[in-house]
Amino acid sequence: MPMAFGYLPVGIAFGILALETGLSPLMAVLMSVMVLGAASQLVAVQLIALSADPVVIVATTFIVNLRHMLMSSAMSPHLRGWRWYEIAFFSYGLTDEAFALHAARFESGPLDKGEAIAVNATAHGSWVFGTVLGVIAGPVLVGIEVLALDYALSAMFIALLAMMVRTRLQFLVGLAAGLTACAAALAGLDYWNIVVATVLCATLGLGAEKWISRRSS
Amino acid sequence: MDQSAVFLTIVGMTLVTYLPRLLPAWLLSKRSLPDAWRVWLAYVPISVVSAMLLPALVLREGAVDLGFSNLELWAAVPTILVGVLTRSLFATVLTGMLGLTLLRELPM
Repeated sequence: MPMAFGYLPVGIAFGILALETGLSPLMAVLMSVMVLGAASQLVAVQLIALSADPVVIVATTFIVNLRHMLMSSAMSPHLRGWRWYEIAFFSYGLTDEAFALHAARFESGPLDKGEAIAVNATAHGSWVFGTVLGVIAGPVLVGIEVLALDYALSAMFIALLAMMVRTRLQFLVGLAAGLTACAAALAGLDYWNIVVATVLCATLGLGAEKWISRRSS
Repeated sequence: MDQSAVFLTIVGMTLVTYLPRLLPAWLLSKRSLPDAWRVWLAYVPISVVSAMLLPALVLREGAVDLGFSNLELWAAVPTILVGVLTRSLFATVLTGMLGLTLLRELPM
């Protein structure tokens, strides 16, 4: 549910923005159905508004969404025994929020296949539904912003971190990743900051864990 | 940009988004990874979520903003408290949204 909350307003905003940029309603909805990546789609319509080259838009999308490669890798040990088409379907809906939910879930036991796929389908459904709402009723819905729906995603990340962090080392690695992402963003690594911070700090976690186990053995 | 060029752009975006989501899960789930890899991957979820969250809270328009006018940051305080105490997704998200709504409505 919180995930659907989070996606709806962003989807509506995307729908409104896409029409303003000159996308047809069909193309706006199609982009949400096919690409399914909030950040990359918002960047893409901005680039389309600037009449950027399609190659530039696709390359930017690749960079913005590269973090999903790390998420997909992190999911892989939990997908053993799944059939290839189940993984293919599951991966399609592997968005940030869906991944964060899975990650909090598999901390406390094995992943339920049906539930995992349902989470991803819910994410996809509410994103597309939000886009449709934005395209059809955008001007009417602007008033809905009174409630801070735009904060749903940040609040959800906070909740998931609270569920995931169990050890002091995990806390430190998470803090380091957040700070590194900020530093990288300030240094101008706009869309790379998440990938850079994750790779560096997961390595930090691995190193620290090895060092601690070597010292205690 | 005309709509057929938009369509081709969407197809390209779909490929470069889907393949990074699919290939690691497909290829890595077939084999058992070395221990070091599994430890490394186990740190990815916390790192990636934190790397998405913290910039959203403390950065505004390309600079660190820890001031009281950064309401998103201060709304995180009760949100984190409720998150740590309840570990409930719903209660935490509700706290965050209500907290920020209140802060925005306060006359300051």
